[in-house]
Amino acid sequence: MSDVLVLVEHANGEVKKVSLELLAMAAKVGTPVAVALGPGADATAAALGQHGAKKVFVDSSDLYANEIVIPVVSALAKLVSDNSPAAVLIPSSSNGKEVAARLALACNSGVITDASDIAADGSVTQNIFGGATIVTAKVTTGTPIITVRVNSIAPIASGGSAEVVTFSVDHQPAKTTITNRVAVEKSGRPDLSEAEIVVSGGRGVASEDGFKTVIEPLADVLGAAVGASRAATDAGWYPHQFQVGQTGKTVSPALYFANGISGAIQHRAGMQTSKTVVVVNKDPEAPIFDLADFGVVGDLNTVLPDLTARIKGRK
Amino acid sequence: MKICVCVKQVPDSWAEKKLSASDKTLDRAAADRVVNELDEYAVEEALKIVEAGGGEVTILSVGPAEAADSVRKAISMGATAGIHVVDDAMHGSDAVATSLVIAQAVKDRGFDLIMFGSESTDARMSVVPAMVAARLGLPQMTFAKKVDISGNEISIQRVTDYGYDEVKSSLPAVVSVVEKINEPRYPSFKNIMAAKKAPMETVSLSDLGVAGSSVGLGAAWTKVEAFADRPAKAAGTKIEDDGSAAAKIEEFLVAQKFV
Ligand SMILES: Cc1cc2nc3c(=O)[nH]c(=O)nc-3n(C[C@H](O)[C@H](O)[C@H](O)COP(=O)(O)OP(=O)(O)OC[C@H]3O[C@@H](n4cnc5c(N)ncnc54)[C@H](O)[C@@H]3O)c2cc1C
Ligand SMILES: Nc1ncnc2c1ncn2[C@@H]1O[C@H](COP(=O)(O)O)[C@@H](O)[C@H]1O
Repeated sequence: MSDVLVLVEHANGEVKKVSLELLAMAAKVGTPVAVALGPGADATAAALGQHGAKKVFVDSSDLYANEIVIPVVSALAKLVSDNSPAAVLIPSSSNGKEVAARLALACNSGVITDASDIAADGSVTQNIFGGATIVTAKVTTGTPIITVRVNSIAPIASGGSAEVVTFSVDHQPAKTTITNRVAVEKSGRPDLSEAEIVVSGGRGVASEDGFKTVIEPLADVLGAAVGASRAATDAGWYPHQFQVGQTGKTVSPALYFANGISGAIQHRAGMQTSKTVVVVNKDPEAPIFDLADFGVVGDLNTVLPDLTARIKGRK
Repeated sequence: MKICVCVKQVPDSWAEKKLSASDKTLDRAAADRVVNELDEYAVEEALKIVEAGGGEVTILSVGPAEAADSVRKAISMGATAGIHVVDDAMHGSDAVATSLVIAQAVKDRGFDLIMFGSESTDARMSVVPAMVAARLGLPQMTFAKKVDISGNEISIQRVTDYGYDEVKSSLPAVVSVVEKINEPRYPSFKNIMAAKKAPMETVSLSDLGVAGSSVGLGAAWTKVEAFADRPAKAAGTKIEDDGSAAAKIEEFLVAQKFV
């Protein structure tokens, strides 16, 4: 079987869950081979091997942390030309899509973004138009470059180990310089795009205080991430990083809990592929009810605190 | 400062979008055509930059004959001129081809900035700006939520999964902006009238030295094999809160093993 390269996302060696998902996806098409770049890359091999990587290409150079996108593209382009893999899988973040874009040009290869599945023959499933249409597509030229959405497949803990191959790349002089990295405060909650459960609030939450006193406590008893509609982030009630939708994050959790959100097409675009949807909204006509597995027509200010207390009481 | 803003004409994002059954490309007749909303933020940012430091803004669009309307619409926000690349051979082009055409159309025109929205609301790939930067060999300054220009240097706040990166480069540069960057203005009556008379260049592929065979559906490096509507979701349970709603949600969550 041919190798399938997986670009690993990690924070100083701590492997992100999406990378383990991509290894599981790669195994459907060929032999999963991971590519770990930047400071800490050498610490990723154990986790990757346990989740199916047969080999890890490692380059721990600082260069990857100093310039956006391009050094990663140069490294992947070299590995593609040296190893002729069957495909390259990249996480479908905004950064990942740009890596895929430039890699496609560098390798004269077709690129498909936002895949939710890949079949053994390389056909890719995508949910387009905000999830309303399901497409299967194929790369017809070069090495398929595919960005894969988080939560599309479960990681497989196969318990193996990966051979570590260090490599280096002749990089071009940098055109951009990263002068500072600013991280928004960590909440201690699961990462929004990776979370199994997302509790979201919209204009109906009515204030920053509403997020603190009604949405966050429910999220915390469920072990969930907090999301928000654009109306809520635009109003400044919750940080933009937590916006779900077309211009925010795309999430696909096991449970999406939408509170005080009407369900505009641009919001649905970011959550339509959630497996189970629960809705609390006081307007029985709100379009979000079309997606609901369980919908309550009611006031979130009474229903949610009651629910939070009940779940707390069970523990 | 000479700025080019690339805008795409797309089906209204509020409308339902469809693929055409015959060749599996976007059915452009199925919905009203509008300027990609996310490109309006790039136009606004470009106008702010020239208002502060002088210069002019040119709008560029690659698309069918009707896309000329979108160029005028974007000009009416306050831009000076337009370029419309139109050619029947373009139908069904993928991002690889579109980026080639945009790169050929903007190069050698002396632009200091080539600006984009963060994604087109129909294709949603977010790849064209990066591809254009690669083709032109210019610094890629993308997903900006803040842009500052000082002399020959540009710095941006690039939105990331964890927050943002501060990035700087020299000019000229390729920039894409996210929708948190500003609030696009409504065209004034005066600018709507001016846009009707603004100079507009209509450019064909041969004017750009791009072979028709390197663009369009036939040249695409990817192929749509099949498509279908997402199966309608089975209607869920919907209840009116009579004081017992929390208990019923709890029951549902327990039954589904979420608690
Ligand atoms: C280009 C573009 C991109 C966009 N991108 C996004 C995006 O990424 N994400 C996004 O979310 N939106 C996006 N939008 C905006 C989108 O169109 C909607 O405006 C937005 O989603 C509305 O947010 P909302 O549902 O919170 O507010 P509203 O539509 O105002 O709905 C509020 C809901 O709360 C309910 N409610 C009020 N009070 C209560 C209460 N006490 N208890 C229970 N229910 C209550 C109301 O019945 C109503 O249904 C985008 C728009 C455009 C044009
Ligand atoms: N046909 C086009 N003409 C002009 N600009 C375009 C075109 N297609 C894409 N763009 C620009 O590229 C950005 C990203 O588009 P996409 O990669 O399709 O998501 C858009 O926001 C536009 O600024």
